[in-house]
Amino acid sequence: METTVTTGTEDSVWGGGNKPLGASYGKMMMWFFIVSDALTFSGFLAAYGFSRFKFIETWPIADEVFTHVPFFHGNYPMIYVAFMTFILIMSSVTMVLAVDAGHKMKQNKVIIYMFLTIIGGAIFVGSQAWEWATFIRGDYGALETKGGRILQFVDAANDNKRIAIGDFAKSMPETREQHTKDAGIWYMGESSLPSYSLNEVLAGLKDNPNILVRTEQINEEGHKTILNRSETLAKVNQAVRVVEGANLVRNEYGSRLFADFFFFITGFHGFHVFSGVVINVIIFLNVVLGTYERRGHYEMVEKVGLYWHFVDLVWVFVFTFFYLV
Amino acid sequence: MSAAHAVVDHGHDDHGHHHKETFITKYIFSQDHKMIAKQYLITGLIMGFIGIAMSILFRMQLAWPGESFPIFEAVLGKWAPDGVMDADIYLALVTIHGTIMVFFVLTAGLSGTFSNLLIPLQIGARDMASGFLNMVSYWLFFLSSVIMVCSLFVEAGPAAAGWTIYPPLSAIPMAQPGSGAGMTLWLVSMAIFIASSLLGSLNYVVTVINLRTKGMSMTRLPLTIWAFFVTAIIGIISFPVLLSAALLMVMDRSFGTSFFLSDIFIQGEVLHYQGGSPVLYEHLFWFLGHPEVYIVLLPALGITSEVMSTNARKPIFGYRAMVASILAIAFLSTIVWGHHMFISGMNPFLGSVFTFTTLLIAIPSAVKAFNYITTLWKGNLQMNPGMLFSIGLVSTFITGGLTGIILGDSTLDINVHDTYFVVAHFHLVMGISALYGLFAGVYHWFPKMFHGRMMNKNLGYVHFWITAVCAYGVFFPMHFVGMAGVPRRYYQNTAFPMFDELTNVQILMTVFAIIAALAQLIFIYNFISSIFYGRKGGLNPWKSNTLEWTTPMEHIHGNWPGEIPHVHRWAYDYSKTYENGEYIIAGQDFVPQTVPLQDNEEEMHH
Repeated sequence: METTVTTGTEDSVWGGGNKPLGASYGKMMMWFFIVSDALTFSGFLAAYGFSRFKFIETWPIADEVFTHVPFFHGNYPMIYVAFMTFILIMSSVTMVLAVDAGHKMKQNKVIIYMFLTIIGGAIFVGSQAWEWATFIRGDYGALETKGGRILQFVDAANDNKRIAIGDFAKSMPETREQHTKDAGIWYMGESSLPSYSLNEVLAGLKDNPNILVRTEQINEEGHKTILNRSETLAKVNQAVRVVEGANLVRNEYGSRLFADFFFFITGFHGFHVFSGVVINVIIFLNVVLGTYERRGHYEMVEKVGLYWHFVDLVWVFVFTFFYLV
Repeated sequence: MSAAHAVVDHGHDDHGHHHKETFITKYIFSQDHKMIAKQYLITGLIMGFIGIAMSILFRMQLAWPGESFPIFEAVLGKWAPDGVMDADIYLALVTIHGTIMVFFVLTAGLSGTFSNLLIPLQIGARDMASGFLNMVSYWLFFLSSVIMVCSLFVEAGPAAAGWTIYPPLSAIPMAQPGSGAGMTLWLVSMAIFIASSLLGSLNYVVTVINLRTKGMSMTRLPLTIWAFFVTAIIGIISFPVLLSAALLMVMDRSFGTSFFLSDIFIQGEVLHYQGGSPVLYEHLFWFLGHPEVYIVLLPALGITSEVMSTNARKPIFGYRAMVASILAIAFLSTIVWGHHMFISGMNPFLGSVFTFTTLLIAIPSAVKAFNYITTLWKGNLQMNPGMLFSIGLVSTFITGGLTGIILGDSTLDINVHDTYFVVAHFHLVMGISALYGLFAGVYHWFPKMFHGRMMNKNLGYVHFWITAVCAYGVFFPMHFVGMAGVPRRYYQNTAFPMFDELTNVQILMTVFAIIAALAQLIFIYNFISSIFYGRKGGLNPWKSNTLEWTTPMEHIHGNWPGEIPHVHRWAYDYSKTYENGEYIIAGQDFVPQTVPLQDNEEEMHH
């Protein structure tokens, strides 16, 4: 804003009758939409930070949760998510190239780069689905106490490495039928039963003196606290159920809010990526059909490009807050 | 982009030809901003009728607790057995009254109506940047209104957790009758409302940035446009955070997550929720909730600036200070939300920070109030109904603002928190003030909306004076009731003997409320009859400077039949004279924005 109003305003940038930011209304709308959407994500990430800070002493350690890579066995913390992130960032690069090709009105190049972007997005969404499936299936299994705390197990004979409950639980003949709505006296159904009952796990624990409990509590070195044998035996008396994997109510990794926020924020982001891919496909088809060639400009590619970069940027934040720190 | 080929960019200048419009494209799925403005206004007024009617019902309960009224039985049915209002429906009425008035009337009804009507007309644009998205925005608003109204009819009753829907009351379906389907519909309706608000706001912002006519620099914009522009920006920034809160709430309600819930027992049984925090919800909610106050108020202040300057026949006092205050208020509004949460369990240190930022808002608010008063000072006041309502706004804005200083201070707030003192404060400062702004706008721009017809002035006076007296009649005594300690949201206070002597005051307030509500029927009558039989007032009935009065009386799509006029001066050259004391244009005390600077005319530095 100038400090005085003079007759000269007609020719100045903000003097009216032109586009002061040099952008079409559609592009600006996309920018402002992104501002708005960014605040939605900020709301979620702030809520996540708020909740995590509240449980800073017991929050699960991401390096111990996300350790799987498809087709490989073993412990590869963060490898796969790093791959996913790389793919998504590369898809942003191809999107930049598509926009650039659009500026130069090179239809074929736009087609190639848009196609690569779509592939990248699809790989990301697919990986996300795999990541979720792994997270839901779980790893080692755990017990939950009356107070809702998670007790995990380590093998003292094997350098205090985590041990799955299936590896020590004692198979016992008792059976417990799953409640279903249509059979039995219960009206309510229940979620599927864990592979081992609480008693089987407890019996196995008593038979194997090497098994120790690992609590949610993080000690001064930044590791989860491991109880000694007598503390372990005392602690497991508080256990009320076996937990395998994760759902929105409870999870074997620790704090409930950990899984709640994981599902919600990566889900909300995944939904954005998915819609981005769908929009990209629509634009891609238009490019192939020559719509923008006829229109004389590829601004639509630029607009979806903005959205795509935004989705990418949000992932950088989600990745940082969920996986890295 | 140079200004040279800007004219080409300036939308379809070839609007001489008229494509045939059907009833549906003209009146229902219209993409014309003037029609959409009217749709917003009428939907908003209908919602306002519902909201005000609800307030009368629960005011009656407060004045005569537990008494039987045939009207309760007639309107509330099974929720008023033998004509006595049920406690659950009392809470539901309070909740829906708040929701409807804040969002549906004062957000969509006020800024939706006047942003749509005035932005293209006052900046000199053919229409909004995207007429299609504008239409979608209205219809999403309509859909959300319908869902909100439908929620009144679900079996267990509508949402009843207060308009702020704090968990756990709102998050656990079995918490109270209204927490079930009613609450679900509330959330659905609000999610759609947020989408509608976002689409509308995007349009307003880019239209103001891109489509101003030649010469219409930012510092020549009428203050209405500044207000709508900034309102849209804070809408874009704050509503999405409400969406975050609402989505997390939906997860808690329906999918078992624990974002806002922890350690809850119902009927001796412990629920599985663990670790969540209702204070987190409050933070998210009030990050919207406080800017929302200004989303409601700023358009009213903008309308007042315009109406007051026109009717005082004086330039607005301190144009740039007004713009700066709007910007300052908008900025500060996003960093004060904690003052709603002083006794929520939030860290008391944060309370002192929020007290500081909150009290800062007093500065731009006071600047605005003083500028209004100095605009009136020695003006040639034209006491039209719009002007009366504008002056009324300044009055209630000051009255309500003063109590805001008390409530903004955490140490003082503790004493009156959640009492009727708070209710009185926000009803005056945002409720009544914004309603006055709405009325001022309707009286002032009615001729622009309905083909030059004017509303009846005398009925307007009656409407204003009854409303003004009764609004203070309701909310002035309410401060004292609040200071005596009467808590808000209680169904009845008969269990507290110390409040017995306040019952007479409650009756007084309720009687005033009923009279005020009846006075609105005068407005409704005036509104409807003027649409058909109002006196035609000429092209520029208020002798105003702004561009909208240069458009023809009959609406055409594209607003101006020929070229869009260029602008050569700001919007407030009222009573401007040459050095010799003669008016710039002989015989008329206003110089429309389209008039070029005259020879010898002194260029003012506003």
